[in-house]
Amino acid sequence: MTVRKNQAALTADEKRRFVAAVLELKRNGRYDEFVRTHNEFIMSDTRTGRRGGPGHRLPLPFLPWHRRFLLDFEQALQSVDSSVALPYWDWSTDRTVRASLWAPDFLGGTGRSSDGRVMDGPFAASTGNWPVNVRVDGRTFLRRSLGTGVRELPTRAEVDSVLSMATYDMAPYNSASDGFRNHLEGWRGVNLHNRVHVWVGGQMATGVSPNDPVFWLHHAYNRQLWAEWQRRHPGAGYVPTGGTPDVVDLNDTMKPWNDVRPADLLTHTAHYTFDV
Amino acid sequence: MPDITRRRAYTTAAAVAATASAAAPTAAPAATAAARHDHTAPDSFDEVYKGRRIQGGPASGGGHHHEHGGGYAVFVDGVQLHVMQNADGTWISVVSHYAPVATPRAAARAAVDELQGAPLLPFPTN
Repeated sequence: MTVRKNQAALTADEKRRFVAAVLELKRNGRYDEFVRTHNEFIMSDTRTGRRGGPGHRLPLPFLPWHRRFLLDFEQALQSVDSSVALPYWDWSTDRTVRASLWAPDFLGGTGRSSDGRVMDGPFAASTGNWPVNVRVDGRTFLRRSLGTGVRELPTRAEVDSVLSMATYDMAPYNSASDGFRNHLEGWRGVNLHNRVHVWVGGQMATGVSPNDPVFWLHHAYNRQLWAEWQRRHPGAGYVPTGGTPDVVDLNDTMKPWNDVRPADLLTHTAHYTFDV
Repeated sequence: MPDITRRRAYTTAAAVAATASAAAPTAAPAATAAARHDHTAPDSFDEVYKGRRIQGGPASGGGHHHEHGGGYAVFVDGVQLHVMQNADGTWISVVSHYAPVATPRAAARAAVDELQGAPLLPFPTN
């Protein structure tokens, strides 16, 4: 059974193995397929719910979509090193640039001020091991500007205020919705998930955000928050449950897999547990 | 430009922008056509911001099989910037995906800020 641990609690050996597995997926080309899939999802997502011309797709459900996306990535890591699990980053606790997450033995730190280039750690461009290939502009180096785009990461009190919301999601099931899903995603209210992307900056603030390995640790924590929400609100389930135009209902299949439904991804314990 | 379509007019404007170096703004696509097409569409714009040409205006359907701009297209130095409108009317772009701003012009300016002079790459169209 895979156990997802808090990144702050990883041993030196666990960090080394995680980094090595990520670098191997980069080397063999599989990593960039994940970046490409995410960007295609971003670009085809319609937040208005309006469906226009050919090629338009349903707005994809934030929580189950990313749960499956992370499972795929974690399985890819484990195909390299079966001991590796995705760590999570509790950004409400490890909330400064001095967190061990950003040390040179793990993800490396923030970018330099002139061009945002990350200068240390295993993913710095100077290593030659981390070319940014799937990109939206000409820059091929990993960039960050920790704490620049927005000054503060969410606090635990802000997290708790969102976890207390008893309804999973509400019509119109998009960025204007009230409820847990949209407040966690961050289009409304105190803004949790979106704000973390902006706080990291660089590629993490763009549609090709998985170019930064912290993407996985951020989303692993979002998954944990979903699990925590489920424990707090055992009677509340995924909605909508059927017959909703332009929205992925509980039993609709999701792209790009087409063989998995939100209903198949509501319980994470079939795949992994958390260390808390 | 009454005898050509808005899309062609827009493509022409973009091509001009791609070859001009910080030139004075040329004619923007006809906003009146946009108003007929969709009364909620934002106004067109065309300006030089931090030394780069940013343009926005209505784009006809078809041809954009990979993204959603709500019928609105934005260009930076003639290269299309993928933008999306949120349900609350705010806008995001592919280079500033998690930070909504009020207008497509603000999204274009945010993109120029983010790019720090780097060229935008055309996004995939299939």
